[in-house]
Amino acid sequence: MSEKEVLDSRGIEKTIARMADQVAALVQDPGQTALVGIRSYGVTVARRIQKILEEKHGYSVPLGILDITMYRDDLHRLDQYPVMQPTHLEFDLTGRTLLLFDDVLYTGRTVRCAMDQLMDYGRPKTIRLVVLVDRGHRELPIQPDIVGLTLQTSAEEKVMVHFSEEESGEDRVVVTGR
Amino acid sequence: MSEQDLMLTDEEARDAAQSIVRRKHLLGLEEMSREEILLILQTTRSFKQIFTRSVKKVPTLRGKTVVNLFFENSTRTRTSFELAAKRLSADVVNFAVSTSSVTKGETLLDTARTIEAMGADFIVMRHRASGAPWYLSQRIRASVLNAGDGTHEHPTQGLLDAYTIMEKKGRFEGLKVVICGDIVHSRVARSNIWALTKLGAKVTIVGPRTLIPRSFAEYGVTISYDLKEAIRDADVINLLRIQMERQQRNLFPSIREYRLLYQINEQRLNLARPDVLIMHPGPINRGVEISQGVADGPASAINEQVTNGVAVRMAALYLLVGATGVEQEVPEGEA
Repeated sequence: MSEKEVLDSRGIEKTIARMADQVAALVQDPGQTALVGIRSYGVTVARRIQKILEEKHGYSVPLGILDITMYRDDLHRLDQYPVMQPTHLEFDLTGRTLLLFDDVLYTGRTVRCAMDQLMDYGRPKTIRLVVLVDRGHRELPIQPDIVGLTLQTSAEEKVMVHFSEEESGEDRVVVTGR
Repeated sequence: MSEQDLMLTDEEARDAAQSIVRRKHLLGLEEMSREEILLILQTTRSFKQIFTRSVKKVPTLRGKTVVNLFFENSTRTRTSFELAAKRLSADVVNFAVSTSSVTKGETLLDTARTIEAMGADFIVMRHRASGAPWYLSQRIRASVLNAGDGTHEHPTQGLLDAYTIMEKKGRFEGLKVVICGDIVHSRVARSNIWALTKLGAKVTIVGPRTLIPRSFAEYGVTISYDLKEAIRDADVINLLRIQMERQQRNLFPSIREYRLLYQINEQRLNLARPDVLIMHPGPINRGVEISQGVADGPASAINEQVTNGVAVRMAALYLLVGATGVEQEVPEGEA
């Protein structure tokens, strides 16, 4: 099995810094904006960008954590059953601009679940999609507003994101194929 | 044990989820592991969260059918399962036995097969005979959830009681839980005992000698006949309903005597810990096993139990959905 590193820790840092600037350009009213990370690595991306917004741009926006398990459309087909974790959205969504974060955008089904779920919490003004990696192969008409890295992949390949906050202890994005 | 220890690791949670799916049915807590029980409680927490949203419904069980098959009267458990299924977007049918062909002599298995032929994925069942849900689970393809069988088990009640304790106390290890009342006829007591002893609580059962089976000592519980002694320093008191309809055989002299010896009232409550939690599976007999003041007092978690019941049942249905559509050997010609 081949393994190719497409981003190292320096690459991730630069990519996220650039994404943060793009996010900042989207934020018109920080008081009416919130970041929402999809568990678990979307939360890591959102957290890092939240920190940059605070340090570089001088404002803080709330961060919500979304567990989409209840909204999945493939529960009865999964051999590895997903373990449900809490969702934390401690702000009123109605009227807000939400920036939805995920690590890898693939078929678009996760994002659809996330949007359905957000709508059940309130009526946001807008939802924008921010992803670290877009690997293509969409099955739904969903496109990101901000992308860190666009990759040409085949369906057999896997895109793995590692973050230093997690078990691996290092930042890297690798593509594994057969 | 702290609250942290009640959280399963990812690996434990995945293993527990798989063993629940392999079981396919929720028949009782006796056969379940500590990890499986904790996974249900952990999942319950996620489902309870949605009760505070504007839309109290998730699409998790869309396209699935849940049939409530109650051979004994029940309003709260049936309603709770119905609400749980509806909040998961399942279709729910209540099969009212008193108006069905059961009264015309149809067997349990034929009734269940009829329901299954209509496309039920889950059958929620209450029956006066202990073991009836197990019997059915061996013979049909749907997942069976036991909503109370005879004097055997009432697993979702045991789980919701455990969840209520976890939420209020943050731990089980070392907690003194007293279960008071008619233990011998109580499936609620049995399911509570299985869950709580597995989770590390110290359980005491108390009531009149005629209602306390001595064999329960084997389950690792303390037996007492003296309420005042039993509730000393209790963290939780779980009161069982005196089942008037099952008291035909004179197991205690009178309601008045039961009240004198075993009613939990304000005065007796002082013997327990100041932060004692009062629970009751309902429906309560005010002025019999519990005084008016205690039922409505600050120690009472009775209404919270009802809310938690819906969330626990959502968790149970969710964790079993992975088993629906899984074929199982169905023995032929057994009725």
